[in-house]
Amino acid sequence: MTFIEFFGQYWPRLLSGTGITIAQFFLAAILGIAISLAMALLKLSNNRILRCSAITYIEVFRGTSLLVQLYWIFFVLPLFGITIEKFTAGYIAVGMNIGAYGAELVRGGILSVPKGQWEAALAINMSPAKRMRRIILPQALVNMLPPWGNLMIELLKGTALVSLISVTDLMFEAKQINASTFLSAQIFGTALVIYYILARFFVTPFMRWLERFMARKMGRA
Amino acid sequence: MENMSQYPLEITGDPRPMVSFRKVRKAYGSLVVLDDLDLDVAAGEMVSIIGPSGSGKTTVLRMLMTLETINSGVIYVDGKPLTHMPKNGKLIPANQSHLRERRADIGMCFQHFNLFPHMTALENCMEGPVQVLGMPKAEARDRSEELLELVGMIGKKDQHPSRLSGGQQQRVAIARALAMRPKVMLFDEVTSALDPEVIGEVTNVIRKLVSEHNLTMLMVTHQMGFARDISDRVCFFYGGKIEEQGPPAELFGNPKKERTQKFLSAVKEAI
Amino acid sequence: MVDWRWDFVWEILPRLLQATGNTLIAAIAGYGIALVLGLFLALGQRTPYRIVTLIIREVVEFIRSTPLILQIFFIFYVGPQFGIRLSPWMSGMIAIGLHYACYLSEVYRGGIESVPRGQWEAATALNMSTLQKYRRVIIPQAIPSALAGMGNYLVGIFKDTPMLSVIGVAELIHTANAIGSENYRFLEPYTMVGLIFLAISLPTAGLIRAFEGYVRRKLGM
Repeated sequence: MTFIEFFGQYWPRLLSGTGITIAQFFLAAILGIAISLAMALLKLSNNRILRCSAITYIEVFRGTSLLVQLYWIFFVLPLFGITIEKFTAGYIAVGMNIGAYGAELVRGGILSVPKGQWEAALAINMSPAKRMRRIILPQALVNMLPPWGNLMIELLKGTALVSLISVTDLMFEAKQINASTFLSAQIFGTALVIYYILARFFVTPFMRWLERFMARKMGRA
Repeated sequence: MENMSQYPLEITGDPRPMVSFRKVRKAYGSLVVLDDLDLDVAAGEMVSIIGPSGSGKTTVLRMLMTLETINSGVIYVDGKPLTHMPKNGKLIPANQSHLRERRADIGMCFQHFNLFPHMTALENCMEGPVQVLGMPKAEARDRSEELLELVGMIGKKDQHPSRLSGGQQQRVAIARALAMRPKVMLFDEVTSALDPEVIGEVTNVIRKLVSEHNLTMLMVTHQMGFARDISDRVCFFYGGKIEEQGPPAELFGNPKKERTQKFLSAVKEAI
Repeated sequence: MVDWRWDFVWEILPRLLQATGNTLIAAIAGYGIALVLGLFLALGQRTPYRIVTLIIREVVEFIRSTPLILQIFFIFYVGPQFGIRLSPWMSGMIAIGLHYACYLSEVYRGGIESVPRGQWEAATALNMSTLQKYRRVIIPQAIPSALAGMGNYLVGIFKDTPMLSVIGVAELIHTANAIGSENYRFLEPYTMVGLIFLAISLPTAGLIRAFEGYVRRKLGM
């Protein structure tokens, strides 16, 4: 069958798969950002235990592969009594993985804020929490956005792995359609293009827009 | 399109100028950097180029070194066209191999030295002769050591640039350029990035070159006293054109144009 | 704590270690391909021919923005659709090599672009040919900055080898899955896999940092 026929027949499944992929992306992103923030702050804390916990988390999740982490969460955790259904397991694994990488970016961003800012905040008697929230983090955010753009693309690509625990995302649908039709070039090619469109025309432009927006807010543009 | 037949295929004449700019123009969009420049430099002549920033002085050197392209006009070196090449009796824009051939006659020293950081001073000097001129290493080493001796850096020949001061690096850069035995040497504000107390190191080397060698030199500089001492001719650039030029005693002592007078008095104030 | 059986661990360890060997071979072979291909892709984006530069740029962006696992499937399944049979190993090598070549091309480009413009000009002033400029002046200076990125991707490739399991390559996760299915015990195999990954990736990361410092010193920078 021609490509048009192929697309005409299978677009509903591709659409639903893409929808699941996008859902996984957003959920994993939210979780990942939260963990990055938490781990970065823990790693910067003066408390040794907190610092070591953060370092351990980061090294473990960065040192092992996302696929291994995914399998572990879905297949091994049940043995400890924690059973998570597959959709949730998917974005939790991806989110925790991204969180470890993101933690380093957040930490780098925070450390790049000039020391004078911390001192000025202290001089007006701000509490550490307020100082972090109102002064440091906003400035750190502008500095760390560019590498976050890359990380978001990695996140999108990471969601494809959840298909391996049978979450019905775009990758999963592609494999299914391939298994029944063997039109590998068409289906995998189309899937590749869809991912590319999501990355190039949605994620990257959004991140760039966010960079410009934050830069303007900080009076830097 | 320019009518290229107005330019000769070769500059003849006795004596023939070593460097010739004929109606050279360079513009970035609406910003004109060089405005139909005509400039001849005789063989062995030492020309200093002074002027306010944006007057086009550095661009003159960079175009001669083929670091920038020109929009119209022709540049000749040693009588032969640099920016163009003859084809079927006409001049057409030069291709890469023509540029490489003609470029061999020109050497340049930069404001920020640009020494190769991963090589020692000696290796920096040997690099051109060995890699580009195909010289055997031993011969290149001899020539390089001779030149490092000339610039007073033979003692540091095995040091990397990161271990040398600005003045020392610039002297090595001069030796490196001379190792290629160019016919024309270009100095682009070579003392502007140096601390005042080491400027003398570099200007003394250039003095030596002027008195002991018969190189044609063009120097863009802010060191007015130095320019006055060693130049055969000084060109004052303004707005992409030569506003005034002449022997240093005349230009510095008795500037005729108003802009020249203004510039020179502003420079005097700054010292 | 659930029942962890050490005797089972010793039983399966030899098989896991052999699979580790396969994994390492796959990673190093893929990395080798990527190192060389990446350089061509990087230089290909700097040619004076705009159309070539543009095409290579788009292809690199496409491959970098889409999931590796999908690319693996594509290469493995599309071949047969057009009559070319590729073994799982070959497809895996090609896919990983190509994917990481695109990552490395960005690292190389960053390294090359970090070389100050004055170096290019000095090389021109000495009348060097383009090849000489790259070989003698630019690339030696580009490498130290590129080393950190190159090292990260070496560790990254190693962690991505589990994806090859989905097309049947007998690497670590594939073997762990097999062991798990045969014995109905996933806890020990998956945990061991995780530990083996950590045991390899953490020291490798450390070695890479040390190597980077050594290269910098050796080049006098």
